[in-house]
Amino acid sequence: MIDSLFLINHSGDIFLEKHWKSVISRSVCDYFFEAKEKAVDPENVAPVLQTPHHYLISIYRDKIFFLSAIQTEVPPLFVIEFLHRVGDTFLDYFGECSETVIKDNVVIVYELLEEMLDNGFPLATESNVLKEMIKPPNILRSVVNTLTGGSNVGNTLPTGQLSNVPWRRAGVKYTNNEAYFDVIEEIDAILDKSGTTVFAEIQGVIEACVRLTGMPDLTLSFMNPRLLDDVSFHPCVRFKRWESERVLSFIPPDGNFTLMSYQVSSQNLVAIPVYVKQNISFLEAGSCGRLDITIGPKQTMGKTVEGLMVTVHMPKAVLTVNLTATQGTHTYDLATKVLVWDIGKLNPQKLPNLRGSLSMQPGAPKPEEYPSLNIDLKIQQLAISGLKVSRLDMYGEKYKPFKGVKYLTKAGKFQVRT
Amino acid sequence: MKEETRPCVIPGCFSARRHDDLKEMLDSNKDSLKLEAMKRIVAMIARGKNASDLFPAVVKNVACKNIEVKKLVYVYLVRYAEEQQDLALLSISTFQRGLKVQLISISAFFVKVSTVLKVKKQSYRFIFSHNKTSSFDFSLDPEQKDQLIEVIEKLLADKTTLVAGSVVMAFEEVCPERIDLIHKNYRKLCNLLIDVEEWGQVVIINMLTRYARTQFLNPNINETDSSFLFPCMRLFKSHSIALWFLSELFRAVSLPIEQSHDAALIYTAIRKILICCLTHVHVSCFSEVQYVVLQNVATMTIKRRGMFEPYLKSFYIRSTDPTQIKILKLEVLTNLANETNISTILREFQTYIKSMDKDFVAATIQAIGRCATNIGEVRDTCLNGLVQLLSNRDELVVAESVVVIKKLLQMQPEKHSDIIKHMAKLTDNIQVPMARASILWLIGEYCEHVPKIAPDVLRKMAKSFTNEEDIVKLQIINLAAKLYLTNSKQTKLLTQYVLNLAKYDQNYDIRDRARFIRQLIVPTEKSGALSKYAKKLFLALKPAPVLESPFKDRDHFQLGSLSHLLNAKAGGYQELPDWPEAAPDPSVRNVEVPEWTKCSSREKRKEKKVEKPFYSDSEGESGATESADSGNFSEEEVRKPERKSKQSKSDSESESESESESESSESESEDSEDSEAELKKKKKVVSGGGGSFSVMTWRPALKSYELLHRITGEGLSVEYCFSRQPFIPDANMVAVQVHFTNNSTSDTKSLHMEDVKLQSGMRVKEFPEIELLPAGETATAVMGIDFCDSTQTANFQLCTHTRKFFVSIQPPVGELMRPFFMTENEFKKEQGQLMGMNEITEKLTLDVKCRNEHAIVQKVTTAANLSRVPCGSDKECRFAGRTVTSSSLVLVTVATKDQGAAQLTVNCEKMVIGTMLVKDILLALTQ
Repeated sequence: MIDSLFLINHSGDIFLEKHWKSVISRSVCDYFFEAKEKAVDPENVAPVLQTPHHYLISIYRDKIFFLSAIQTEVPPLFVIEFLHRVGDTFLDYFGECSETVIKDNVVIVYELLEEMLDNGFPLATESNVLKEMIKPPNILRSVVNTLTGGSNVGNTLPTGQLSNVPWRRAGVKYTNNEAYFDVIEEIDAILDKSGTTVFAEIQGVIEACVRLTGMPDLTLSFMNPRLLDDVSFHPCVRFKRWESERVLSFIPPDGNFTLMSYQVSSQNLVAIPVYVKQNISFLEAGSCGRLDITIGPKQTMGKTVEGLMVTVHMPKAVLTVNLTATQGTHTYDLATKVLVWDIGKLNPQKLPNLRGSLSMQPGAPKPEEYPSLNIDLKIQQLAISGLKVSRLDMYGEKYKPFKGVKYLTKAGKFQVRT
Repeated sequence: MKEETRPCVIPGCFSARRHDDLKEMLDSNKDSLKLEAMKRIVAMIARGKNASDLFPAVVKNVACKNIEVKKLVYVYLVRYAEEQQDLALLSISTFQRGLKVQLISISAFFVKVSTVLKVKKQSYRFIFSHNKTSSFDFSLDPEQKDQLIEVIEKLLADKTTLVAGSVVMAFEEVCPERIDLIHKNYRKLCNLLIDVEEWGQVVIINMLTRYARTQFLNPNINETDSSFLFPCMRLFKSHSIALWFLSELFRAVSLPIEQSHDAALIYTAIRKILICCLTHVHVSCFSEVQYVVLQNVATMTIKRRGMFEPYLKSFYIRSTDPTQIKILKLEVLTNLANETNISTILREFQTYIKSMDKDFVAATIQAIGRCATNIGEVRDTCLNGLVQLLSNRDELVVAESVVVIKKLLQMQPEKHSDIIKHMAKLTDNIQVPMARASILWLIGEYCEHVPKIAPDVLRKMAKSFTNEEDIVKLQIINLAAKLYLTNSKQTKLLTQYVLNLAKYDQNYDIRDRARFIRQLIVPTEKSGALSKYAKKLFLALKPAPVLESPFKDRDHFQLGSLSHLLNAKAGGYQELPDWPEAAPDPSVRNVEVPEWTKCSSREKRKEKKVEKPFYSDSEGESGATESADSGNFSEEEVRKPERKSKQSKSDSESESESESESESSESESEDSEDSEAELKKKKKVVSGGGGSFSVMTWRPALKSYELLHRITGEGLSVEYCFSRQPFIPDANMVAVQVHFTNNSTSDTKSLHMEDVKLQSGMRVKEFPEIELLPAGETATAVMGIDFCDSTQTANFQLCTHTRKFFVSIQPPVGELMRPFFMTENEFKKEQGQLMGMNEITEKLTLDVKCRNEHAIVQKVTTAANLSRVPCGSDKECRFAGRTVTSSSLVLVTVATKDQGAAQLTVNCEKMVIGTMLVKDILLALTQ
């Protein structure tokens, strides 16, 4: 399976290598650097590369390339998924996944990698299991360790790994027992020039933060579960009960986790919370253009739209912009040619408007492409698909937990074509 | 001092003195110093620096008391033991001493080190017993292989999910050819699959796929061992990677599946896979995942366009996608294009052409070209669009259009001489060599269409000949030769000039070509017989190119594999074996059922605690097995009231279940037994021969009807429902699931049916006799009734050992059909054929509660066993099905209008069924 892992930073330095079987020379990365050179964006480097003796599968996240070298046939998704899991684990342990943090904690990183992959095959990848074997660093512990000579290494084999609920560790204790669920929905949409929906879809996740003592068994039920026709769950959810009763029954992992993700299919009608009236034009002569954008509420279900933001990737020829906004602030990055208009709260009485002129590079021909607008927005206390949690019950423990559900609608990949 | 000990200050190169420093620290008595030294060494290894000369100093510390030091020493050893074999072997005794310490994580490390040393392992059992199973370095001597296989065989028999993944992995590495080891464990593995962690699932599914290919007949031809499909169905829980593999599985099962009994099942499965693919395309913010998934989707769309067509819009491109994703999505869109959706796709393409990403624009132009060649009707539209692009300002765009136009024109050049003229003019401006070459080729090939322009172009080209790229030069020679043959009067001198220039070109290929062409076309006394045929040679009719998807021939690689992605066989890639000709003996998979002894419920409970129940249940029955889940619950009773409150769904089973629970713990304890017991239980659930189908889930939407009330039945209550599953022994029968509950205090014996009175044409397949139904127990059986597509009743007597009850089953019309999957187009076509008398239309006002689409779908599918037909408009819901006996189509359309007004249309060949169905659906929608 996976033979070696190289971590490579943005500028192309290998700052960590780890081998599981025999050692593969780091010169194998040269093929990767070649491909990276060719691709303009780091995102455009092909994830799978073939070299004479090895196959290189890489991912790019948090400005680090995770590059794995493999020698034999293995499903590429398998490796990619694993590499992301490594990244997630770093994030979980150190709070961020950056070059400096990995360099500072190189010993823990090494120990983690040793546990996560055994002879090239993933072994312990559940964060709860790992945390029992290798304790995450924190200031208090490092102080105590230097004073007492204690260690970061757990000296018992994690109980979770041996039980039939490997995602939960035994003996969890809290003084405040609480369970919070966030229903977060993202609208993915493409609107065309006239404002009609070309494509729209809702992607939802339920993020949970559960801090409960002991081994609680939770049941979460929805008012309208039939809305969700396409779901995927955290492994803890009992699938059978979902199939037969449409309730989520599970023994939760400790702490934060994604309980389920769902998709409300494009067959259903998706409410689009805002409309955008835009007019961007470039004049044939005189190297200038005009821009006029107005945003108004459409189907907001009576809630306020917040955190409204419009991002426009301008054509290369646009030098500067001279715009006035009735609300919010706008910035134009000269290097990347990105115009950002941060509006904030949408006031239905007074619609925000941004208008003005664009000045173009003199002599440059009129751009043929028109930039599309990317919209970002947030609506609190609303799940746009209409999903509602009806109740949460707990079995298996005597105490009464504190429960809470929050809804949030966000714009995902929300694009308006011009 | 403090500076010295920080690992981060280690400089790029190590002097010998530095290493001495480390050695000193390692030799010291203080653990903290040792730890610091080890940390620095590990940091060195991580940076790829060589630390092998420290080996002797490090290995001494293997006996160190401090766990952390010890662990780091092992980390070091794993890395260097192979290089320093002799030294490591010397210290093996120290390692073994370390084993005695009850520290499992450390002893696991020991095993790792010793495998690196290829030391014979005595410690398998020790390690395995702690479930810290993992793979070993399996490149061992052959004599050890047998021993290893023995261990694997033992471990395969293990019933815990924790071991399964690792063991199968080991099996695949050591002895994949020993398929006989799997037989006995096959069913168990299928059952365990859902609870194994995701990495293990991938390996197990892979192995099972291979197993199925060698052990079962091709399901297209024959019935498959459906139990294999079941675990897979249930897998659709979460693990995304594992899911991916299923697509391969279903490719193996493959279409055409209409003939197969499992049709409905497989359709649902395939739908699930699709959704999973699409979710990956969308949700995943990781472009790498998208990349891999789209590669696979692109391959699948070539053969199974229909499957993906409803999801066309999911592949629309956003301006923020990375280029490689855009190009893959484009590929998928092109593969999906057909006569009906081409206009939408072309409209999308038009937007894409305006994109700023020029590589993407070029790919779009090529995609348009491909659509135009594949779909004749839009060829002219595409061509016009492309010609317009010729006046684009961006040179790359123009060049790409020229190349594509060239290919298109080759199909019908006569009609388009003006386009060729237009392109001839472009030679003045276009600089991209490929485009210039294409134009020249076009002019040469069709010079008779542009007799005046062609020589002029040649004149211009002759002037700039020396400055052209090689491919352009070759085409100039080509053009000259063709013109010489058709129009030698005007071009003789020009041709000579060009050939002379080429004679002294730097490129040998061009010199060669010039010489060859001169010999061929300019007749001299020496020229051979060939020159007579020169015209035929040059102006032969060329076949038009076929524009094909680059993914066309990829499907011989297993989907999802690395080889598929690279389109080249990767090392270690195993082809899937073909289905066997004759089915191997299925009995090898039978597991001996241990003698089932009854014991008191208290004992049972104790046993339950000792034995780890599977987290989720491992067989199909929902109701009864639900309590297997509850193996995890400490308080059974807490759950029960809650359940009762949920009775609104009136699922008869859960009611009877909770009743039975209170009286006896038999059924419940049974479930918590291991899979073998469940196998036995499976036998106990009597079916009409339906195999595993009888254990399909009991969906809450199913309405159950009373067959025999508890009072009249003297304690025996019977309910039935239409399970909506295909009835395996006879496809023309409707499956009726009958649920018996013995509420009395005495056992009921020999439950069977007798004296069936039927209308002519109707048939019944009785359920097998239930020999014993103990007090408080429940049992389920499946019978099949052929209602001849009518709602006539089936009357029969239900007999026990003491009594006979007259009962009758009358089906609602909606149960006389089975879902039929069709696309929107097929639906419209079929609907067009079922007009006039076969069409019944009814206006209605929708109930306030079911004005959204979702509610309508729910109501209609509850009322009738129909499947949803994908539909582009959101004002209409369409459903399709076939009647069970005569397979006549039943098409239902619900078109909604403003304020709850709606129109219901039913098209059905059988008018009686149509009328009744309209009534039922009307009732469902208006109530």
